[in-house]
Amino acid sequence: MQTESNSYGRKGVDWWLVMIYILLVTFGWMNIYAANFNPETQVFFSVDAEYFKQLIWIGITALSAGIIMLIDSKFYVNASILLYVISMALLAVVLVVGKEVNGARSWFEVGFIRFQPAEVAKMSTALMVARIMSRYGFTFSLANSCKLGLVLMLPVLFILLQNDTGSALVYFVLLIPMYREGLSPLVLVVGMVGVVAAISSFLVESVYVQGVMLLLFAVAAFVAGLRRDLWVALLLCAASVGAMVMFFYVTGHDFMRWEYSLLGGTAVMSVFLLIRSFIKRLPVVRTMLVLLWVGMVASSATDYAFDNILSPHQRTRINVLFGVEEDLLGAGYNVNQSKIAIGSGGFAGKGFLQGTQTKFDFVPEQTTDFIFCTIGEEWGFVGSICVVALFAAFVVRMIVVAERQHSVFSRVYGYCVASVFFFHFAINISMTIGLAPVIGIPLPFFSYGGSSLWGFSILLFIFIKLDTNREELIR
Amino acid sequence: MFSLNGRSALIAAAMILVALTIVVKLFFIQILDDTYKMSADSNSRRKEVQYPSRGLIFDRNGKLLVSNQAVYDLMIVKREVHNLDSAAFCRSLGIDMPTLRRLFANLQRDIRSRRASSYKPAVFIKQLSGEQYAVFQEKLHLFSGFYAQRRTLRKYEYPAAAHVLGYVGEVNDAIIRRNPYYEMGDYIGIGGIESSYEEQLRGSKGVKYYMVDVLGRNKGSFRDGEFDTLAVSGSNLTLSVDIDLQMYGEKLMEGKTGSIVAIKPQTGEVLAMISAPGYDPSLLVGRSRSVNFPLLSGDPAKPLFNRAIQAWYPPGSTFKTINALIGLQEGVITSETRYPCSMGYTVGRFHLGCHSHASPLDLRQSIQHSCNGYYCYVLRAILDNRKYESVCQSLDAWKDYLVKFGLGYRLGVDIANENRGFVPNSDYYTKNKGPRWTSLGVISLAIGQGELLLTPIQMANVAAIIANRGTFYTPHVVHKIEDSVIDDRYRTLHHTGIDPEYFDVVKDGMEMAVWSEWGGTARVARIDSVKICGKTGTAQNPHGKDHSIFMAFAPKDDPQIAIAVYVENAGFGASWAAPIASLMVEKFIRGGISPQRSYLEKRILETKLNADADRK
Repeated sequence: MQTESNSYGRKGVDWWLVMIYILLVTFGWMNIYAANFNPETQVFFSVDAEYFKQLIWIGITALSAGIIMLIDSKFYVNASILLYVISMALLAVVLVVGKEVNGARSWFEVGFIRFQPAEVAKMSTALMVARIMSRYGFTFSLANSCKLGLVLMLPVLFILLQNDTGSALVYFVLLIPMYREGLSPLVLVVGMVGVVAAISSFLVESVYVQGVMLLLFAVAAFVAGLRRDLWVALLLCAASVGAMVMFFYVTGHDFMRWEYSLLGGTAVMSVFLLIRSFIKRLPVVRTMLVLLWVGMVASSATDYAFDNILSPHQRTRINVLFGVEEDLLGAGYNVNQSKIAIGSGGFAGKGFLQGTQTKFDFVPEQTTDFIFCTIGEEWGFVGSICVVALFAAFVVRMIVVAERQHSVFSRVYGYCVASVFFFHFAINISMTIGLAPVIGIPLPFFSYGGSSLWGFSILLFIFIKLDTNREELIR
Repeated sequence: MFSLNGRSALIAAAMILVALTIVVKLFFIQILDDTYKMSADSNSRRKEVQYPSRGLIFDRNGKLLVSNQAVYDLMIVKREVHNLDSAAFCRSLGIDMPTLRRLFANLQRDIRSRRASSYKPAVFIKQLSGEQYAVFQEKLHLFSGFYAQRRTLRKYEYPAAAHVLGYVGEVNDAIIRRNPYYEMGDYIGIGGIESSYEEQLRGSKGVKYYMVDVLGRNKGSFRDGEFDTLAVSGSNLTLSVDIDLQMYGEKLMEGKTGSIVAIKPQTGEVLAMISAPGYDPSLLVGRSRSVNFPLLSGDPAKPLFNRAIQAWYPPGSTFKTINALIGLQEGVITSETRYPCSMGYTVGRFHLGCHSHASPLDLRQSIQHSCNGYYCYVLRAILDNRKYESVCQSLDAWKDYLVKFGLGYRLGVDIANENRGFVPNSDYYTKNKGPRWTSLGVISLAIGQGELLLTPIQMANVAAIIANRGTFYTPHVVHKIEDSVIDDRYRTLHHTGIDPEYFDVVKDGMEMAVWSEWGGTARVARIDSVKICGKTGTAQNPHGKDHSIFMAFAPKDDPQIAIAVYVENAGFGASWAAPIASLMVEKFIRGGISPQRSYLEKRILETKLNADADRK
């Protein structure tokens, strides 16, 4: 449905994205209506209900989308720094004057309107990232990497201080557009190894995590072609660990005996392999050593921070987050209830407004973070995969549209938008079915909340607007 | 598709892979796993909350004060009620038809206003007694959609200490919003230690899920109890209160308005805390609360008001002890300092009266005789001390001492809603008297009048501080928590910053007030062979006759009890508060009242001051 317009370089709106967007918003509103509907009261419409407020927000959002389409694309490039500065300032201010909701101090409240600056920050950070990466001759030099790191870490820091861990994690997904633009995949792998090591050290004793990492390393080194050297290295490692444990045992040093010994053994082994890798000209071994050490350090640091820096209630929160501690009234409870609700939907669901679990029973936050329960219960497997498929189509379409941009700015921004939507939909749905820890982020267009709907919509429509100038070089 | 380069294809593929993973998991939950399926009209899952029994409460000697009694809430799931035989239903519950109709109408109203739901269990009849339930239980299987939920109510073994204990009631909407632990219909401690030790006493709820068929028959636990949790009973509490002393004090205060607080000086433990008039805690148990609570809260004598920690009174002459201590510490007087007094203190046209006694007096005698004139000199010496640049500074220094005595701020007792009392600072006077106020202008502070206000527990704590020679533990009523320890703040020793030897002088004065052959103000407080030290107070107040006040500790050399007594609008300290305090001390230390003093006990017990006041 793309139509050539008269002026040079002007293309039509990407109707695929708009259609999917309209479908998602409509279906989303229906579910908020259903989650609020009570067959016993016989009230079909009420102006003070959530679904009515959401309707007003849909109106405001449509208006904002229209305005976005009227503004010249160059504006978003030029204003990106200003927008970024403003939204960082808002994030800082909300720390002081913000209102606390569910333990997170991240809301402005003016009259009856509540607004979360983190919603805008996503958009402005994406624009900022796009701007930096679209500079002429951009490479991932040290200076540029630092700049990008700073731009990402600033909002993460503010949002963490607001005690809203879930929203802070979203920003890490902006590594995806960087990967697309040439960031070494090693950075992603290193990051992932670090995160996995850190998270697993929360779950089990870090010694086990480190043991498993050593094992994986040995297997990888074997595949890479090390044979005799590997055996020698492992023997060296085992001997050092044994010696150190004996030493600690004799000296009566009890604290973290195994942890220190394992690190020591690994160090001895690494030095040996490092020398051998130069001699045998096997640079891949050095890469593997880097990964091993990232994991080792992340694991030990996590352990140390957990036991010595965090306060008990923070520890409990993290334990609950990762499911180590069963919290009846918190995260664990929610997931149980939400799985029951989704499971009860079966193949075809109970039908619109016919859900019982989500209405009367126990699913908390049923119109916000756990709105997917209503979908699962009332629309069943069929409805659920429709929603998943819609979102998947949505983000893939965004990648396709991003790839057809002539200007790097638009492409990077498009990838940012696709990644943010991907993260939200994947994590939100995963947490309702027990695939991901409950980190409390909304399902775009479905979760109740005006500022979230509005934030996601402007994020999208700026991209749709940029796309109308896809054959121009906007910079 | 458009041409995608390697990396973009990889990104898109990864995203699709994640989406597929979600779909697979959904397939498992929604299609393969049958246990989640519950079609709306066959089986349904029922959640039964397992309510823990609340912790028991004992007194310091291990006597059981508060226990639990079982009652049963009759629950209804309205959409599971089919063909109810209402006649049989009424018969087995012992109610009549109109009552049943009213109950259903109430339920319908709650459902309409979304407070209840026909899908979820709702309370149909609250708190059936064990006997009622026993009869009904045999017929329960006839009535589908009904089941019973066991609850526990408090049972009080003594009709005493209501203010200390507080009571247990249902949570309201505000509490539910604030604290996610609570749900509609849960009980929570309100007031007293039931409230301040709520988290220890309540234990934690458990929950059990099971399947029921259309007729409400139990079809076994849901998913083999995977989601079930056990209830954990609350911890037992041992109070520092001695229930015999508490009851005796309440008896002595019958017909009077006021408060008694007795503290064990070595530990800060409250031995008795009486607020008169009081009430029987059993009045606020279960269904009777809805009748009795409005009666109590509407009573003009305010029986629900815990005077021991919430009322504030001028300390009157008992406060002279503190002024003496501050004067000694500041070095403006010594124990040998003598001041003249002839029926009062006169400067120019200013005169503050005193009663007749020998003159001049030294510090000990000034406490013995409760000389007003002496303390006017003391206060002016403190406030006009050259060490400070202005009277403002010296008043604030004086105030800082009082704060260290636990005055002017909440002590932090483990019962909520404590009053902080009032200690004026220099800003207060500058605002109210203009910037040019002088020590003479605030002279009433010398004798514990003026703006000063103390709660009875603050006063008792002052007695404990004197007994301890300058230190105290924050007063508290809980001695021991099962499986836990009492809060750190009750195990932290506070220092007043006044040298211990100065307290000996004040102790001597308080001893002389009781035991001196001539002119002691509190001779009525003498107890055979127990060396009690005390100080009377008579506080003028805007509400009528003077308050009768007494502050004491005993025995002098090894204090076991510190006590403060306030009797509102009763007259001289020596006439009511002093005998009451000394009877309490005798009861605590000797275990009973000696026959020589039974006349005194009789007089106190038989005098109903409030009845008097009513007649006038």
